[in-house]
Amino acid sequence: MLKSIKSFAILAVVMGLMVGCSSNKPAEDPNAANAAGTGAGVTQSTVDVDNDLSAVAGLATVFYFEFDSAVLLPEGRAALIGHAEFLRNASKSVRLEGHADERGTREYNMALGERRANAVRDFLVLQGVSSSKIETVSYGEERPAVSGSGESSYSKNRRVELSYQ
Amino acid sequence: MKYSWIFLFILSLFATPVMARLTIEITSGVDNPTPIAVVPFAGSLGLSEDIQDIVSADLLRSGFFRPIPKTDMLSMPKAEAEVFYRDWRMLGASYLVVGQMTNMGGRYQLQFELYDVISQRKIFQKQVAGTDSQLRDIAHAVSDAVYEAITGIRGAFSTKILYVEDLKQAGAGRYRLVYADADGARDRVLFSSSEPLLSPAWSNDMSKVAYVSFETSRPAIFIQELATGKRTQMTNFQGLNGAPAWSPDDQSLALVLSKDGNPEIYTLEIATKKLRRVTDHFAIDTEPNWTADGRSLIFTSNRGGSPQIYQVSLATGRVERLTFEGDYNARPRLSPDGKTIIMVHRRDGIFHITSQDVKTGNMRILTETWLDESPSIAPNGAMLLYATQHQNKGVLAAVSMDAGVKFRLPSKQGDVREPAWSPFSK
Repeated sequence: MLKSIKSFAILAVVMGLMVGCSSNKPAEDPNAANAAGTGAGVTQSTVDVDNDLSAVAGLATVFYFEFDSAVLLPEGRAALIGHAEFLRNASKSVRLEGHADERGTREYNMALGERRANAVRDFLVLQGVSSSKIETVSYGEERPAVSGSGESSYSKNRRVELSYQ
Repeated sequence: MKYSWIFLFILSLFATPVMARLTIEITSGVDNPTPIAVVPFAGSLGLSEDIQDIVSADLLRSGFFRPIPKTDMLSMPKAEAEVFYRDWRMLGASYLVVGQMTNMGGRYQLQFELYDVISQRKIFQKQVAGTDSQLRDIAHAVSDAVYEAITGIRGAFSTKILYVEDLKQAGAGRYRLVYADADGARDRVLFSSSEPLLSPAWSNDMSKVAYVSFETSRPAIFIQELATGKRTQMTNFQGLNGAPAWSPDDQSLALVLSKDGNPEIYTLEIATKKLRRVTDHFAIDTEPNWTADGRSLIFTSNRGGSPQIYQVSLATGRVERLTFEGDYNARPRLSPDGKTIIMVHRRDGIFHITSQDVKTGNMRILTETWLDESPSIAPNGAMLLYATQHQNKGVLAAVSMDAGVKFRLPSKQGDVREPAWSPFSK
């Protein structure tokens, strides 16, 4: 796993350099000297190594909860351990958005959504991720993933969505 | 003069006028509503608003009256000399409203009279005046006067409402904070955003509203002045910034912040931005509402294992549990007389609006619709507005505090929710 990340990283650097070089080529461009002087292509490519999300591409980014509960369900753990492993070594940060289903009052659900986001955050921190890399925000019941009433909709809406920033 | 405030009622909203999006469907009334005849007012034909129609609709919506259709009327008196009680007794009317409108160089003056048909006497004669754009205010002032004279309860037909509309299409104006008359007419968008808006709350002097906006990609509490549209961001803390509630003197907001780890209730002095923490518990504390004396807050907390209503004294910090029935009681609102708590209550998996007598603790279910939430009580304590679902859409509905009268205000577009009934204008 780690090896493949490394080789991909090297490939990304090489590709980044190539892109950087090719963008510097047109001599007719009056800004060419300027552009060449920035070295932006090289700098960006090193960032690209870090930004590569392929290592976590296959991992779940949505984690579900029971009604009026902020207890992380066991099925989410494996994916979160994978995210934590990646985050420990990457300079990327994550945003955790907590959500609730439409039942219950809106501000209470806002608090519940935050509890859920915090449960995911706490799990990542326990796995060694720096809390400075994690931003949490609750949308309560204001942004359902699916509309409609009934447990099949509700269960999809009681969730935390993880996204890399 | 009692209705002199009408003259002063110049609310120059910096807002967009939109088509009236709420209509009214009465779903239940009292068993024997009082028949009342509102005669079309002389001199009001051809005006931009149908005054008689607005007054009749107000009285009908109160649930206590059954307005007699004008097509049934045998005569159209405009003053006492033309009133023949026999005509109105034959129609079964208990009360009669007549009046005449005078146009005085662009200003409209309505003189109106209320009669008791049974005892054959005039109850009052009053006047109200305003401009062409205030014809609806004139009509609501008539409704207020008639309602109060007959029921003894101050009318709330001249009051306003706020609500949140979700057009359910991603884009710049998806979420809107709307300001409207209590009957849903003359709606104006106060603020719109691509991000969620919630928890609108009136200042007690009706000059400002506070609400939660996600426009910064996180929740923040804003105050918006109604007259100018000027907005001020009041909070920008890590975590929750929610549930603003104005203190009775409008000097402070009670609100919910989680910056210290858990959702806790704070008070924020508006002028100085001085923050004071009120609750301190690892559970969820939210949805504060002030008692009328400004000395305590009632709020929702799940510190006992399920959401219940508690009261906290601001002076001592002492917390007392107020609800014990059921395993979900949330978002409390005190009635204007302080005798009743209205809240969201779950029973057998269904969310109802319930009232609880503060003294006896007796709970009563007021609504039986679907996913009922966000109750907001009229300033006269006679009715409350709440949000519910009807035909898979979020709509507003109203119910009287004794559960006898019910009506819906269906939306023409999107989901409508989070109603906030205004105080009386001073």
